[in-house]
Amino acid sequence: MTDAPVPAVPEGVRELDIIGVRHGAFGASGSGDTSGFGGLVEPIVLPAPATRPFGGWFDEVTDEIELSLQARNLPADSAIEKVVIWRDEITYHVRREHLLAFVTALRDEPGLRFELCLGVDGVHYPHETGRELHAVYQFQSITHNRRVRVEVSVPDDDARIPSIVAVYPTCDWHERETWDFFGIVFDGHPALTRIMMPDDWPGHPQRKDYPLGGIPVEFKGATTPPPDQRRSYN
Amino acid sequence: MSTDNVTYHSADEAEETAAQTGADAYAGSYDTTEGRVYTVSGGDWDTISPAAEGEHDRIVVNMGPQHPSTHGVLRLILELDGETVTEARAGIGYLHTGIEKNMEFRSWVQGCTFVTRMDYLTPMFNETAYCLAVEKALDITDQIPERASIIRVIMMELNRISSHLVALATGGLELGALTAMEFGFRERELVLDIFEMVTGLRMNSAYVRPGGVAQDLPPDGEKRIRETIPLLRKRLKDTADLLVDNSIWMGRTVGVGYLDLAGCMALGITGPILRATGLPHDLRKSEPYCGYENYEFDVITKDTSDTYGRFLIRIEEMEQSLRIVEQALDRLKPGPVMVADKKIAWPAQLSIGSDGQGNSPEHIQQIMSESMESLIHHFKLVTEGFRVPAGQVYAAVESPKGELGCHVVSSGGTRPYRVHFRDPSFTNLQSVAAMCEGSMISDVIAAVASIDPVMGGVDR
Repeated sequence: MTDAPVPAVPEGVRELDIIGVRHGAFGASGSGDTSGFGGLVEPIVLPAPATRPFGGWFDEVTDEIELSLQARNLPADSAIEKVVIWRDEITYHVRREHLLAFVTALRDEPGLRFELCLGVDGVHYPHETGRELHAVYQFQSITHNRRVRVEVSVPDDDARIPSIVAVYPTCDWHERETWDFFGIVFDGHPALTRIMMPDDWPGHPQRKDYPLGGIPVEFKGATTPPPDQRRSYN
Repeated sequence: MSTDNVTYHSADEAEETAAQTGADAYAGSYDTTEGRVYTVSGGDWDTISPAAEGEHDRIVVNMGPQHPSTHGVLRLILELDGETVTEARAGIGYLHTGIEKNMEFRSWVQGCTFVTRMDYLTPMFNETAYCLAVEKALDITDQIPERASIIRVIMMELNRISSHLVALATGGLELGALTAMEFGFRERELVLDIFEMVTGLRMNSAYVRPGGVAQDLPPDGEKRIRETIPLLRKRLKDTADLLVDNSIWMGRTVGVGYLDLAGCMALGITGPILRATGLPHDLRKSEPYCGYENYEFDVITKDTSDTYGRFLIRIEEMEQSLRIVEQALDRLKPGPVMVADKKIAWPAQLSIGSDGQGNSPEHIQQIMSESMESLIHHFKLVTEGFRVPAGQVYAAVESPKGELGCHVVSSGGTRPYRVHFRDPSFTNLQSVAAMCEGSMISDVIAAVASIDPVMGGVDR
């Protein structure tokens, strides 16, 4: 990642969320590339953190969250890592130790009232060292007709997040699914067992490093490789 | 029941002994710290009950995953006290097909072909939710042609009717109302005929594509949809007449599977179950997509919070869907059905020829004998596909079962980095325990039928 050229930094942004580097255009290396596209090097950058003012109701909700966190003796910037706004959707990146206080505020504060949690799912970014596994929660407020997203990042070797089942019971199965597919342990979940895969299944299938089978079909001695090792556009 | 008087000390031992003696390993008894456990898989109750006489009886019944009344491969684990359910748990995962993982190795457009197979009774909703998410990530939501959005609305509302009909039909079947089942599946065919006419397929059509829809309505499509509506309306009324005031049907459903608003909110329940508690929550009204703000329709609510209320909501929602389809047909004007951006729009339109469905002859003529650039463009877009900027979005539609959400993460490539579906059936199925515990075992069937879970969507 260090040899990637640094793209122009948008104003006000302190750090970029680089999740990988893309080389070439056709997914092939070593073949006599005469097009020159094989030399492309491009960092994969996620949308940058937003700075105030966010615009619309985003400021109002963020103020409300900060106030309610302070009322719980929790400075807002220790709970909220960063705020990302992309395509008119707001994402709060929350530190895991303060997740419970954060979602409790989302549910209970009259100015927030996110009554409905739409569950949690995982995303695996193997190249983001120290924060490989992300858990993404979607919340909806029927009262105010608003949606927010909460994202929690944890390192692969300590993939533990406090369970929010006590606050939003709907996350019961969603957290089990995220454990099943990504291996994120939700501390405090009443019964964190596999839900989709058989109980004795080894590994967590939706992680990017999960070994894929491939098809043992032979074409004159050559076999079809697993999908993640096949040549593909990238 | 040949193993009545054989006692094992563990399930493993029972299995081992059975392997040596050839007895049924799954129908023995063994001692545990909680007492002796008898495992029965069929046979006559009289042969097991004398053996268990006098002991504390705690009966756990595995209903499903292969059971005609569990709505697909759903496994219900019921703890019984007589015929009363004291604990109910749902076991799922028997239809997990790894669709979300598979999509990470196919282009964005090919994703449609996967998602249409998730909840196989609501393919149009799966496709639209996915396409709305991809379009949002591409930032082309405003560029979707009006005709494409209207066609999506028509297809979705017809799909809502067919899904509700299956909910009524299978629910009727499970409660013994076989005429309702026959009516439901017969009327559903009317809708599927329209789907076949428009998309070429009854189910799994992959019709809604990022940027619009795969092809325009056929020349007589509008006319044929218009002709179907009165017939559908008449037949839906027949189904309603059959059940709405039917005392047997009401006896099986009124007050059964009760779940109030607080329970729905806590468990994340949406759709007819939520609206049966009296909350008029419908994403078509609260967060309109595909131009739903332009249609006049009512959000149906009931305040009974029970299976009967959910049934009434489905009946009345079908009528509202027909209203929307009629308005949509009136709004239909000639125009493109795919976004104008040639870097995203699928290059070909489909047509029916003597050898079946395929690319239209004009397009083949264009790429094969007129324009080399068109051929290259077609090839690049079909094999490589378009790129979606890095980031994540969430788009939701009101499917017949509730909020169907699609969380799409892109890393800027030609394939999704991660796609997750918040399927309403998955979340709603969590309410089985809340609805069924304390009720009779026969009410479990009615309650599960009123949730209307489709395991293809639950397990994905």
